[in-house]
Amino acid sequence: MNVLTYLIPISLVLGGLGLAFFVFTLRSNQYDDPEGDARRILSGEYDDHPKP
Amino acid sequence: MTATLRPPASACPACSAAPAAQALAARPAPEEAHIVLSLPTIHCAACMAAVERALHAAPGVTAARVNLTQKRVNIEAAPDMAAADLIPVVEAAGYEAHELDASAIAATATDRAGRDLLMRLAVAGFASMNVMLLSIAVWSGAEGQTRDLFHWISALIVLPAVAFSAQPFFRNAWTALKARTLNMDVPISLAILLALVTSLWETSLSGEHAYFDAAIALTFFLLTGRYLDHRTRAVARSAAEELAALEVPRAWRIGAEGEEQVPVAELRVGDLVRVRPGGRMPVDGEITEGTSELDRSLLTGETLPVYAAPGRPVSAGEVNLTGPLTIRASAVGRDTSLARMADLVAIAESGRSRYTSLADRAAKLYAPGVHILSALAFLGWLAWSGDLRVALNIAAAVLIITCPCALGLAVPAVTTAASGRLFKRGLLIKDATALERLAQIDTVVFDKTGTLTAGTPELTNLDDFTRRDLQIALALAQGSSHPLSQALTSAAQAAGITPADLEDLEEVPGHGTQATWQGRQVRLGRATWTGGQATESTAAWLRVGTDGPAQAFLFTDRLREGAAETVAALKSAGHRVILLSGDTTAAVETLARRLDIPHWMAEALPQDKVARIEALTAEGRHVLMVGDGLNDTAALTAAHASISPASALDAARVASDIVLLGRSLAPIPQALTTATKATRRIRENFTIATWYNVIAVPLAVAGLCSPLIAALAMSASSITVSLNALRLR
Repeated sequence: MNVLTYLIPISLVLGGLGLAFFVFTLRSNQYDDPEGDARRILSGEYDDHPKP
Repeated sequence: MTATLRPPASACPACSAAPAAQALAARPAPEEAHIVLSLPTIHCAACMAAVERALHAAPGVTAARVNLTQKRVNIEAAPDMAAADLIPVVEAAGYEAHELDASAIAATATDRAGRDLLMRLAVAGFASMNVMLLSIAVWSGAEGQTRDLFHWISALIVLPAVAFSAQPFFRNAWTALKARTLNMDVPISLAILLALVTSLWETSLSGEHAYFDAAIALTFFLLTGRYLDHRTRAVARSAAEELAALEVPRAWRIGAEGEEQVPVAELRVGDLVRVRPGGRMPVDGEITEGTSELDRSLLTGETLPVYAAPGRPVSAGEVNLTGPLTIRASAVGRDTSLARMADLVAIAESGRSRYTSLADRAAKLYAPGVHILSALAFLGWLAWSGDLRVALNIAAAVLIITCPCALGLAVPAVTTAASGRLFKRGLLIKDATALERLAQIDTVVFDKTGTLTAGTPELTNLDDFTRRDLQIALALAQGSSHPLSQALTSAAQAAGITPADLEDLEEVPGHGTQATWQGRQVRLGRATWTGGQATESTAAWLRVGTDGPAQAFLFTDRLREGAAETVAALKSAGHRVILLSGDTTAAVETLARRLDIPHWMAEALPQDKVARIEALTAEGRHVLMVGDGLNDTAALTAAHASISPASALDAARVASDIVLLGRSLAPIPQALTTATKATRRIRENFTIATWYNVIAVPLAVAGLCSPLIAALAMSASSITVSLNALRLR
């Protein structure tokens, strides 16, 4: 059972990382245009010069 | 259920858009070059790229980014650029574009409340997943110190997560308690808090049962319901704001240095305002210069244009048809249609509150019931076993089991699915309870002008004229932009007529056009000017020289797209269809006969319309009013549910529950079907949620409910309810 001392903190930290990443996406307006972003990735136009 | 969870919002999202329009009227004309265009026809990756490429190629544009979800493009351009410079660029790329006022829609760009809810939802989701992992170990038989350790870790995760995520519930419950009322948030908050307290107590005593997972899962499911509800509202509000932003309220004031464009809000009584042909009167006033004809159909429902000459009073909202007019403002801002609109909104809000939604009715039964049940369980167990710890545990279990997870999702899940579906068909649901009210409809009342008819005239008696007369009439009509002339032009051209050669063609604003043909004077225009016999229906008269009396070209209003099908579909669905119009008897009767509407009423004043609807309501009927004019607003408010087309005056749009975004009326019967289905789903969801309670509550009261059963009942009912709502597609 000693393995729990490592595993539980590790799982919590990993989950926390996921949460922090979600907060980052939320803060950087990545949910403003879900439909447009889904299609924009299909266009080859910005492959060489990514749009700011 | 969530309908009662939030603090009372405004009855309609467009009401919050209307002040936005006023706010933007108060600002000076925009000087910074942040331009927003609405692109209603954009739909694919190629469209986005095409529009952005075209705009980037245009001189002066520094950045352009299309938002496909909102169907808009945001443009950063040099300070001297205006939307009018860029609209042709986008149109050349093949897409329709309209100017949107950037400041009126700025509010929707950052939807703070939605983002806040999403953040809380994410934290609750993260916590409930981790706690569930630990709880599964406990349920599968962890014992002794391991169980205690897991309980303590759960507590460590859940306490801060609940403190952050469940704040909306706590806040609303506190507001309700301060006002000495009960809402759904009171049992929710009580359940969460009681579950946490008993679980902490149990854990500190190395007890077997802890409800940490239930408390956080409850928060998660309820926040999901609330977030769905918020999104439906936000979509409706943003679309309503967009409608308001499309009308940029500016006027041309005649100042000392000539004409200047000013916001309507800056006009003062006594200002001289120039209204060009095709423009709408910005204020109430009196004509000081110019003659023209006025289209008053939006205000009164009359289709026949009215002659306008100096001295005639005009009111805001009338459309100037032929010649430029100068008017002296007699009432501005709050005294004109804006103020009338605000009054109407107030009436609309008080009228709407008469209706109690299904969710509110359920909440009224539910909130006291839960408290009583849990208190009885607590007292019963305390008396029977004398053990406070057992009694408290059972009371917490009862509260958790009865907690309205499924009830909280029952309404928002269905409304989200239904309004999403209707929005795709071009119907914007503005009011939360509109779907439920729409489902009860058995009588549909239509306005005529601008609702069943498109407001554009159509020539009916082309065959009564000789080819020679038609050639002259076509040549005369081509010299004017009057709607009747345009209708005549298109009808004659469709019949293959070529225009006659005329000399000295001139338009006499307010009267018609005249010219010289083979040395004789020819005129096309109003009866009094050409010497024709006035008729009941809309007409234009042609007089050629002195031979005989003037002949009348008769016009009828063109039907709005889908009008005939809509009326037929509504009648075959068993609804009673009624036509109420402010137009003349002849015009209304013709239309009623054409659409086969048995009940109609002509020359109805706004009060008559309201009286008629109130009489129908008194008979026990549920009336749906469809109308677009200022004369319909009171009727729209009085009806059980109301729809207005996007072309309506904003007062009418504000007063109605649903806005038709497209040109066609065809979505209306479909909306009624969808609304009926949606209401049926909501009722089914309530039934499902109730059955879960009926099965689980006796277990909880009997003390047989373990945290595992609570978690199963809660998740299973929430998922069933959501899936049932999705069946609506």
